[in-house]
Amino acid sequence: MLSIVIFLPLLVGAALAVMRGLPARAARLVWLATTLADLALLIVLTFTASTGAGGLRAEERVNWMPQLGSSYHLGVDGLSLPLLLLAGVIFVVCAIWSLRETDRPRPQAALFLFLQTTCLGLFAAQDLILFFLFFDLSIVGMYFVIAGWGHGNQRHSALVFFIYTFLGSLALLLGFIGLYLGATPHTFDMVELSRHGAFTGTPAAAGFVLAAIVIGLAVKTPTFPFHSWLPPAHTDAPTIGSVVLASLLLKMGTYGFVRIAMPMLPDAWRSWAWVIIAIGIVSVLYGALVALVQADIKRMIAFTSINHMGYVVLAVGAAGVLGRTTAEAQQLAIAGAATQMVSHGLITGALFLLAGVFYDRTGSYDLRQYGGLARPAPAFAGFFAIAAFASLGLPGFSGFIAEFQIFTGSIGTVPWTLIALPGILITAVLFLRAFQRVFTGETKQLSAGFADLHPRETTALAVLTVLSVLIGIVPGPLLAMIEPAAKVLVGSLTP
Amino acid sequence: MTSMSMNMDYLALLPEIVLLTAAVLVLLGGSFLPRTRQVITRWLTLAALAASATAGLAALARAPETIFDGSYTIDASTTVVRMAAPLATLVVILIGRHEFTGSARESETYALLLLATLGTVIIGGTTDLLVLVAGYLLASIPLYALIGLSRSGPAAEATLKTYLIGALFGVLLMAGVTLLTGLAATSNYLNMSKSLGNAPVAALAGGAVALLIGLTFKAGAVPGHFWIPDASQASGVAVAAFLTTVPKIGALVALGRLVEIMPDTVDVPLLIAMLAVISMTVGNLAALAQNNVRRLLGWSTVSQVGYLLMPLAVITASDGAWLALLAYIGLYALTNLTLFAVVACFPHREELDDWAGMARTHPWLTGTLIVGALSLVGTPPTAVFIGKVAVFTVAWDGGMPWLVVVAAANTVLSLLYYLRLIRPAFRTPGFSPQHGSRGTPGVALTVSGTAVTLGFLVLAAGAVGAGIWLVFLA
Repeated sequence: MLSIVIFLPLLVGAALAVMRGLPARAARLVWLATTLADLALLIVLTFTASTGAGGLRAEERVNWMPQLGSSYHLGVDGLSLPLLLLAGVIFVVCAIWSLRETDRPRPQAALFLFLQTTCLGLFAAQDLILFFLFFDLSIVGMYFVIAGWGHGNQRHSALVFFIYTFLGSLALLLGFIGLYLGATPHTFDMVELSRHGAFTGTPAAAGFVLAAIVIGLAVKTPTFPFHSWLPPAHTDAPTIGSVVLASLLLKMGTYGFVRIAMPMLPDAWRSWAWVIIAIGIVSVLYGALVALVQADIKRMIAFTSINHMGYVVLAVGAAGVLGRTTAEAQQLAIAGAATQMVSHGLITGALFLLAGVFYDRTGSYDLRQYGGLARPAPAFAGFFAIAAFASLGLPGFSGFIAEFQIFTGSIGTVPWTLIALPGILITAVLFLRAFQRVFTGETKQLSAGFADLHPRETTALAVLTVLSVLIGIVPGPLLAMIEPAAKVLVGSLTP
Repeated sequence: MTSMSMNMDYLALLPEIVLLTAAVLVLLGGSFLPRTRQVITRWLTLAALAASATAGLAALARAPETIFDGSYTIDASTTVVRMAAPLATLVVILIGRHEFTGSARESETYALLLLATLGTVIIGGTTDLLVLVAGYLLASIPLYALIGLSRSGPAAEATLKTYLIGALFGVLLMAGVTLLTGLAATSNYLNMSKSLGNAPVAALAGGAVALLIGLTFKAGAVPGHFWIPDASQASGVAVAAFLTTVPKIGALVALGRLVEIMPDTVDVPLLIAMLAVISMTVGNLAALAQNNVRRLLGWSTVSQVGYLLMPLAVITASDGAWLALLAYIGLYALTNLTLFAVVACFPHREELDDWAGMARTHPWLTGTLIVGALSLVGTPPTAVFIGKVAVFTVAWDGGMPWLVVVAAANTVLSLLYYLRLIRPAFRTPGFSPQHGSRGTPGVALTVSGTAVTLGFLVLAAGAVGAGIWLVFLA
C-alpha cells in the first residue's frame, strides 16, 4: 500500500513524459487527478494501516542488496506520517495552481509527479540507502524545475542549488557509511540502527559521523552558515517550485535530524547538543534580521524560512539536553519541532503562492514598487494578511502551536534559549511592515490595475490557510499522532 | 618452472581461445572476402565475443583454480574480466556501426579489437609476471593501430603519443618485472610474496613502483593517462569508447592481484591511494575546462579510475575490497559505454554547444545522456552510485577515511562538468546548423537503440541489477 502511494505519481509521471501528443489540458487534469488520488490513498492509509512489530505502520520490507546490508524497507510513524500528508496536500495545491499553466505543462506535470515520489519516498524510507536515493533525486528534480521553469538568472541559481545541496548530500553519505561501519553486523537499516547502542564506535568516531550527518542535513535545512544557496534558488524558481522547495525539501533536512541523527547517535547528540542549540539560535536571529531588510518579497520569505527552520533546530538541540525532570520538556520540544515542520510547510507554501501572484501580474517582486494594493485586490490582501499573521505565530494558527511548544520545551530544558525569543518579534515587525507598505495607503505604481485572485488561486490558498487554522484551533489529532513517536525518540536519547 | 604438477587444461582457456581463433579467422576471412561481403566478419566477431563471454560465465561452475603451473588463475575476478571485456567490445562494435561498417579496413578493425580484448583478458587473468608482459603488449599494440584508423592529423598525433607513452611505460613495466623476478627468484605471484618479504627494501620498492606505474598506462590512471584525452578526441567514437573502457578492466584486476602479494615492507597501499587521489583530482580539474565532448569524457574516465583505485588501496585491509572493485568496474563500463553510445549517434557534434536543442529533437537520447551523466556523478539509483557506495565503504573500512573524504569532495567537483554535458541539450539551438542540428541523417536505429537500451540498463542496474550483480560476485 505504501509503495503504491509512493510510486503512483512516478508511474503516471513517466507515462506523461512519453506521451508527447497529449493535449496540455489533459496533462494538467491527469496531474491533478493523480495528486488527489494519491492524497486519498494516503488518508485511507492513515486510518487503516496496522502497526508492525517495530512500532512502524504500513511496514514493507523486501531484500534488496543483502551484501550491502540494505533492504527495500518502508514504514511510517508519528514523525513521518504528518509530513507524508503534508506532501500529499502540497502537491495537490501545486496541481491546482498550475491549472492554467501554459509553459510546457506536460513535462512540468511529469517532473512534479517525479518530485512527489521523491518526497513521499524520503519520508517513508526506513533504509539509509533508500533515504539517500530519494534525497539525491529530490535535488535532481528540483534542479530541473528551477533551470527549466525559473526566471531571472535561473541557470546559475539552479547550478548553485545543485552543487551546494549535492555537497551536503555527500557529507550525508559519508555519515551513513560511518553508521554502517559502526554497527555490528553492518547494516543500513534505519530501524536496526536506531536500536539502543547500535553504533559501537568510539565517542570520537561518533562525533565525526555526527558532524558529517549534521553538515549534510544543515545544508538541506538550511541553517546558518550553510544557507547561501536558498535565497537565489527561491528567487529564481517558479512559484510552485518555490512552494515544494520550502514546504517539503527543507523538511527533509529537519526530518533527518529527528529520524537519523538523534536516535542513531544519541550519545554524540547529547554531547554536542549545545552546538546544535547555538546553530538554531543563530539561524533564528540571523534569518529574522536579514529578512527584515529585504525588499524582494521572495528573498524575504526565504529568510523567514531560515528563521523558522532555526526554531526546529533549536528544539531538537534542546531535546538532547538531559536533566532530572526534563523528559516532558524534551518531548514537548520534539513534538513542537514536528508540528513546526507541518505548520511551516502550510504557511510558507501559501506565502510563496502569494509571492507568485505578484510576479504573475507585474513581473516584480520588489515590495517598494507596490502600495495600496488592498483596494484593487481585496481577496489577495486578505490571504496575505492571514498567511503573514500565521507565519509570525499568532494564536489560532498552526505556527503558534508549534512555536509555543518549541519554546516551552526548550526553555524547560535549557533556560538560556530565551535569547531566541526576539526572533518572533522581528518576524512580526517585518511582516507587518511589508503588509503596511504593500497593501495600505493609496494605490500607486505597480498596484494600479492589479487583478485580484482567480478562483484556482483562491482554492489553492484556501486549502493551505484552512488547514493551518484547523491545526491552530484543533491541534489534538495532529499532536496525538506525533506524541507517541516523540516519546520513543526521547526514550532513545536517554542513556 | 618445469614442475611436473602442471595443470595443462586447455579447455579451461576456452574464452581466450575463442577470441584468438576469431581474430585469426576475421583477419584471414577479411582478406579473401569481397568488399561488399565484409559484413560477414562483423557477424563473426559479434558471435565470437558473445561466445567468449558465455564460455567465461560457464567457468563459474568450476571451483577456482590455477592452471599452467600457476601462471593463470580462474577465479571470480577472472570471470568478471572474461565477461565484461568481451561484452564491452560487443557493445563497442554495435555502436560503431557507422564507423566500421563499409570502411576500408573493416575486418582489420574487428581483428584488432578482438586481439586487444584478448590482451585485456590475459592481463586480468594471469598470475605470472612474464605472461603479464605478453598481455600488456597484446593489449597495447592493437590500440595504437585502432587510434590511427581515422587517419586524420590529430589521430596521427594521438597515435604517436599513445605509442610513445605506451613504449615508455612498457619499458618501465618490464624493468619492474625483471627486478621483482630477480628478487623473488620466480615470476609466479603465488610463490612470490613469501620470498619478497626478505628482499632488500629499496630494490623491492623500485621494482614494485616501476611495475605498478607501468600498469597505469593500461588503467588510464595518472601518471600513465596522457594519451587518453588525445586519443579519445581524435579517434573514432566507437574506438574512443573502447579505449576508455576495455583496457581498464584487465589492468585494474591485475593491479589488484599485484598489490595483494606485495609484502608490507613497502607501503604499496599508500602509493595506490596517492595515485587514486591524483587521478581523480587531475581528471576532474582538467575535465572542467573542456569544450569538446569526447575530450571531456576522456578526462572523466581518468577521474573515474581514481575512484576505481580506492578499493585497490585497501585490498588487503578490507574484506569487501575485491567485491567493490569488481562491482565498480562492471557498473562503470556499462555507464561509460552508454555515454559514448549517445555520442556515437551524433559523431559530428564535437563541441558541447553543438548539442543545443537535443532535448526537443531527441528526447530519448537526452534522457539517456542525463542518466549516463548522473550515473558517473554517482546519483542514486543509477549504476555507478552502487559502485561508489561500495568503494567508499571499503576504503573507510580499510582504514582510509581521509581517502573517502577526498573522493567525496572530488565527486562534487565532477558534478560541475557532468552537468555541463547535460545543459546544452535544453538550450535552444543558435545559429550553428552547420552539422545538421536535426541529427545526422540516417542515424541507424541500431546505434540509438543501443544507446537507449544501455541507458535503461544503467538505471535498472542501480535499482535491481546491482543486487543481482553483487549476489553473482559473492
